[in-house]
Amino acid sequence: MEKWASNKAWFLVLPVFVIVAFSAILPLMTVVNYSVQDIFGPGQSVFVGTEFFKQVLADSRLHEALLRQFLFSALVLLIEIPLGVLIALAMPRKGVWVSACLVTLALPLLIPWNVIGTIWIIFTRPDIGLLGSTINHLGLAFDHTASPMDAWVTVMLMEVWHWTPLVVLLAYAGLRSIPEAYYQAAKIDGASSWAIFRYIQLPKMRGVLTIAVLLRFMDSFLIYAEPFVLTGGGPGNATTFLSIYLVKIALGQFDLGPAAAFSIIYFLIILLFSFIFYQALQNVGKGGRS
Amino acid sequence: MARIELNNIAHSYLHNPKSEADYALKRIHYEWEDGGAYALLGPSGCGKTTLLNIISGLLIPSEGKVLFDGREMTQLPPEKRNIAQVFQFPVLYDTMSVFDNLAFPLRNRRVPAKEVTRRVQEVAEILELTPFLKYKAAGMTADAKQKISLGRGLVRSDVAAILFDEPLTVIDPHLKWLLRRKLKEIHDQLKLTLIYVTHDQVEAMTFAEKVMVMYEGELVQIGTPQELFETPQHKFVGYFIGSPGMNFLNCTLDGNVARVDGAGIRLADETAALGAKAKGKLELGIRPMYLEVQTRKTEGAVPAQVRLVEDQGAYKIITLEMAGAILRAKLGEDKPVPEKEAWLGFPREKIRLFADERLIR
Repeated sequence: MEKWASNKAWFLVLPVFVIVAFSAILPLMTVVNYSVQDIFGPGQSVFVGTEFFKQVLADSRLHEALLRQFLFSALVLLIEIPLGVLIALAMPRKGVWVSACLVTLALPLLIPWNVIGTIWIIFTRPDIGLLGSTINHLGLAFDHTASPMDAWVTVMLMEVWHWTPLVVLLAYAGLRSIPEAYYQAAKIDGASSWAIFRYIQLPKMRGVLTIAVLLRFMDSFLIYAEPFVLTGGGPGNATTFLSIYLVKIALGQFDLGPAAAFSIIYFLIILLFSFIFYQALQNVGKGGRS
Repeated sequence: MARIELNNIAHSYLHNPKSEADYALKRIHYEWEDGGAYALLGPSGCGKTTLLNIISGLLIPSEGKVLFDGREMTQLPPEKRNIAQVFQFPVLYDTMSVFDNLAFPLRNRRVPAKEVTRRVQEVAEILELTPFLKYKAAGMTADAKQKISLGRGLVRSDVAAILFDEPLTVIDPHLKWLLRRKLKEIHDQLKLTLIYVTHDQVEAMTFAEKVMVMYEGELVQIGTPQELFETPQHKFVGYFIGSPGMNFLNCTLDGNVARVDGAGIRLADETAALGAKAKGKLELGIRPMYLEVQTRKTEGAVPAQVRLVEDQGAYKIITLEMAGAILRAKLGEDKPVPEKEAWLGFPREKIRLFADERLIR
């Protein structure tokens, strides 16, 4: 075809190909390699087919971790998205307080993830932690190292504190981009504040909320550092999420084959759910004749 | 129906306005007749939108009163006033159908469902939106969207006035014309008071019975298009209305002759008499189409140099330099066009005299 005359253009996109290949495709292929072969050392490997996959899929501890993971991500989305939107709606629209709010909100996002875990360990310690000792002084026994329920509450609190600001910032940006005329027209049309939210603000936030849901789903489904530091997956296996379990298999037991098979399944689950969320959010409210 | 009255309205967006310059609107005092079609014309930032928002209640003025049919409305919120407003960009509720969009203002006011359907169908009929009622509003074309915005105003049976804030900005030129005609039709049919903000003088002139020209927060002139053209009350009106705008020359009076840098222009006796009494900087104004351009030296005409001739089809616009000032003249296609030198005649009855930018006569 004549279009090939402009072959030089390929050189311009080549760097991107190289970066993507080294950062995504090659590591992924390595994982695929490990998942279908039992590798003992350089040049010593046996092709095992789907054996590792079968082994992983039959692992009841993995089933538990997967359920835990779904519960965790569901709670994260159900709490953080509405809470984030609520805070964004309550934030001032102009004046000096805007910057103050934005900076305060952004702070948790700027802290390294393992530091977040450390902060919450101290914060929730029953003996000296501000939160932990306060609750205990109120007469409620609280110890996230002993009670699975307390561990979950702590992890959820930490997660909500850490990541809701991201949803707020996205929702706030979406709200700010709505032209003033929409609010003026709604006032003249006699719309209630609920109607303004339902028919103007929410539809106009569709784009940013799609991103918020996708990011929060993916990140929460992959969560590792904060609970690892805070609870180490315990007490027992109460807060052992998929990634924590995966690291246990891969590095704890050095079962690289099953870990690789598990990684691929993990990846496919995230891909599938991200796709479902994206499709659902793109089409919600768009149904009907047009 | 309503007579809209603005009683010494002034507005500043600052909390503590100190000087005149802090006011976006200065001393507006006017009454809009019931059922009239008005255009509010002026450059960007002259206070048109501020004035409109005060009438619709989106803004509460710093000073003055707003009255509808003699009833005080100044502090009432927009939904309590029988006013609709159409904005520069179409405002739609994207997730709703065209029908629901039109029904929205009625449903918010708890109008019974039967009545809602009846009103929506009526308005859709007027706006030629009936075939699209079931469509999603988001998928409509820009002009249809603007019609829906207008329809949300028309659908309320209590609406007495509709305010338009440059509603045709985003519409294609050929559709602009259609939509403007539709507006006139609606006005004739429903006898609503229409106030139409624009910075496009052609739009203002074709749409309205009366054009109000705003400049720096003031209503500088209110009149028919003819009046604005012939007797601009303010230098700005002369300059803003007409294409090209009025020519202005600094002048001094010498009996009944206006001296413009040495050249003398004979004025009508009355004009000269009023000019002699006036204080401030005197300026002489004349419309380009009234300048008489001669190719030969004529009695009483002032010599000028031709700088540029632009052919606009039916007429030519000639830029001339006369006594150190630049003038523009509009010349019909049958008139002889001077090449280098020209002599300009100033018809006495067409000369306007301004003192400190305001018309004397």
